Amino acid sequence: MSDAQSAHNDFSRPKTRSLVSPLNRRRLANFRSNKRGFWSLWIFLFLFVISLFAEFIANDKPLLVQFRGDVYMPIFESYPETVFGGDFETETEYRDLYVQELIEANGWIVWPLIPYSYDTINYDLPVPAPAPPSSENWLGTDDQARDVVARLLYGFRLSVLFGLILAIVSSILGVIAGAVQGYAGGVTDLIFQRFIEVWSGLPTLFLLIILASIVEPSFILLLGLMLLFSWTALVGVVRAEFLRARNFDYVRAARALGVSNISIMYRHLLPNAMVATLTFLPFILNGSVTTLTALDFLGFGLPPGSPSLGELLSQGKANLQAPWLGFSGFAVLAVMLSLLIFIGEAVRDAFDPRKTLQ
Amino acid sequence: MSRPPYLRVENLSVTFHAEPDPIEAVRRISFQVNEGETLAIVGESGCGKSVTALSIMQLLPYPKAFHPHGSIELEGEQILGADDRRLRELRGNSISMIFQEPMTSLNPLHTVEKQVSEVLSLHKGFNRSTASRRTLELLRLVGLQEAESRLQAWPHQLSGGQRQRVMIAMALANEPKLLIADEPTTALDVTVQAQILDLLHELQERLGMAMLLITHDLGVVRKMADRVCVMHEGVIVEDNDKKSIFSHPEHEYTRHLLEAEPTDRNITPCPTAPIVLSAQKISVHFPIQKGVLRRTVDHVRAVNEIDIELREAHTLGIVGESGSGKTTLGLALLRLLKSKGKIRFGESDIQGFGFRDMRPLRRQLQIVFQDPFSSLNPRLSVGQIIEEGLLVHRLGGRRDNRRHMISSILEEVGIEPSWQDRYPHEFSGGQRQRIAIARAMILKPRCVVLDEPTSALDRSVQAQIVDLLRDLQRRHNLSYLFISHDLRVVRAMCDSIIVMRNGKVVEYGQTHQIFEYPRSEYTRALIAAAFELETVEVFP
Repeated sequence: MSDAQSAHNDFSRPKTRSLVSPLNRRRLANFRSNKRGFWSLWIFLFLFVISLFAEFIANDKPLLVQFRGDVYMPIFESYPETVFGGDFETETEYRDLYVQELIEANGWIVWPLIPYSYDTINYDLPVPAPAPPSSENWLGTDDQARDVVARLLYGFRLSVLFGLILAIVSSILGVIAGAVQGYAGGVTDLIFQRFIEVWSGLPTLFLLIILASIVEPSFILLLGLMLLFSWTALVGVVRAEFLRARNFDYVRAARALGVSNISIMYRHLLPNAMVATLTFLPFILNGSVTTLTALDFLGFGLPPGSPSLGELLSQGKANLQAPWLGFSGFAVLAVMLSLLIFIGEAVRDAFDPRKTLQ
Repeated sequence: MSRPPYLRVENLSVTFHAEPDPIEAVRRISFQVNEGETLAIVGESGCGKSVTALSIMQLLPYPKAFHPHGSIELEGEQILGADDRRLRELRGNSISMIFQEPMTSLNPLHTVEKQVSEVLSLHKGFNRSTASRRTLELLRLVGLQEAESRLQAWPHQLSGGQRQRVMIAMALANEPKLLIADEPTTALDVTVQAQILDLLHELQERLGMAMLLITHDLGVVRKMADRVCVMHEGVIVEDNDKKSIFSHPEHEYTRHLLEAEPTDRNITPCPTAPIVLSAQKISVHFPIQKGVLRRTVDHVRAVNEIDIELREAHTLGIVGESGSGKTTLGLALLRLLKSKGKIRFGESDIQGFGFRDMRPLRRQLQIVFQDPFSSLNPRLSVGQIIEEGLLVHRLGGRRDNRRHMISSILEEVGIEPSWQDRYPHEFSGGQRQRIAIARAMILKPRCVVLDEPTSALDRSVQAQIVDLLRDLQRRHNLSYLFISHDLRVVRAMCDSIIVMRNGKVVEYGQTHQIFEYPRSEYTRALIAAAFELETVEVFP
């Protein structure tokens, strides 16, 4: 009865399967229908892509130099000053007025939009650093006379990259650990659980501070240290998902077919856990960015001189007479974190089974 | 009929807002329930019978659901569209409802007493001690044993039947004039089902309630109803008294429902066929752990020293109530659960075989599960689901060839082959079960364990699946191990039967022998409960 009728009678469906399953197509539609999240994603992607090309936007080296008929690209290659008729064998200081005159006598220079890199010190400030916003430094300079816009641009990129790498790597580790725990169950699960409880009980921030005082922190080292403690974030949800799903009938059916454990985990269980993972990912990303900022703010983060939002904030705190430091740092952080939260919200709603599995 | 009906529903429609088109779940139905009368609404799943029940209580997800037209009158009062306060007064007071699933309709965080007395204090304004006394009375009324000590029990400490009794006590707390019972016994075992139905019948007579019984089970209707409405696709197709419905069904659909009983088995396989699967003294014990150190103090003997023997082209039925260990036995025989004892499959002694040794045998030893909604991975297309077995056993060669094989197996189980690129949610329950059967059959097994393959399906679909399974068996010389609690289906499918209770064999014999001359008390009780819905006291 219902057997013969209830499926729709379209025989015209093409035989080839589209890459996106109907479930995912509905999720995508759900995500799109959340305008705030959808636009946040585009704005965030736009900002991120822009910041990936920070070297072409804010740099103390010209994009293009034409000198005596030859074209040079100082962004990609370093040329000694002697090339342009200077005296030194070292790399050309393009910001030096003397060098600029030398080049412009026999050619021309194309500068990036912002002629400062994150570590360029502006030596001819009319006022003592930190200098207020001006036509030369749009958001002023910090207390070491470095351009704030350039530092924000590089700082944004660094924060997002750090957050992304940390979030992705710790998610992968977390998913693997959770999967093994949930699928194996029993003693493996018990021991692993206790270990994770002890491990996540360690005071992360203090450990990082102690370690940072022993070894010079670098990007990679900091990433590694934080990874040590952040991989546990997803273990709980993934484990629960695997534990729940491992006795599902379709998993049992796969075992009855003789499918190996690894392929059962990959084919039948992982997609269940991916929902939880993808839902958490933007929030983990947010958490990573905030942790990095906090460490930088306290001065235990990235090595001195690196463009960092946390360091800008601490400068703002130290120089209350220069509010542009604190405000611009705050604005960038607030926008970045809000965008990520909006995206995260939209992703979570898109995966909401009440909306997708009607 | 001189007195006006207690409940009169006229021209009621229920529509759900949905993309792209609104769904008309119920279309212009009219019926009435007189005082002290039982009206049964019968139909298959998805026909709109539960929606009808919920719309009387106005518990549908408004505003997603709405009523384009219609009226619901309770004692002459229009209650459709009444305001929330009036509805709250009515609900639980004049109209009460019992739901299908006793596992989820009680709040797991409240004791029995609290849940029942909540209704009393809400509607009657009873204080604690009066409410408590009345609760005890009610629990005794619904026949909950040791009612005093159950007052402080939590829902998880009660069995399904006991929970349903508590639910009924809650529904009766304010002596409603109308009780709506939405599939009150579907989730219960046959013997418990008979008890609950008896209880409802008795209470109805004693309290003079009207009852609206929603069910798909014609056996329940036959036992309980005074009048019957048959619903099909949102429309009441026939409304008549019970006798006429069963003796002269007028509508074609009613006849179809009545004829949907599986027919008896008519082939007798060769009694000396080779033994395919056998087990000696097979046991599955789950440890009970207690104390801080989780010492194993005892074992739950889910399956206790059972011998079975399944011959080629035979069907062996395993019958029992839930918790009797029949599914555990099936899983143990397939080596999906650890067990003790000897298991022989064909020529080899498979107990103790590792994953690698088992793998080639898995092809010949397949399983079909009860719930076709959970046994198919919703993320894979039907083709991928069926293909998985071929890939694991490296059968079927190239992709086109595999597709071809999938097409032919789908055709064999009665599914349009071109639907193999669709996903499980696009299919109905019966079709999904066919797909699950196709997944097992494509490997050309010798023996298939069928774990309640028809229990989650509507009666008429059940008969089709039984026919399909018998057809496949005849064509491929299959042996079935048929696990079920539904004795009707078992009688239609099996050559011999094992009756299980608490992990032990109660009775073992040929099907006709068991049904005609049951030797044990328990088997007799099961048969009485299943076919006549009579309660027979059995002592463990």
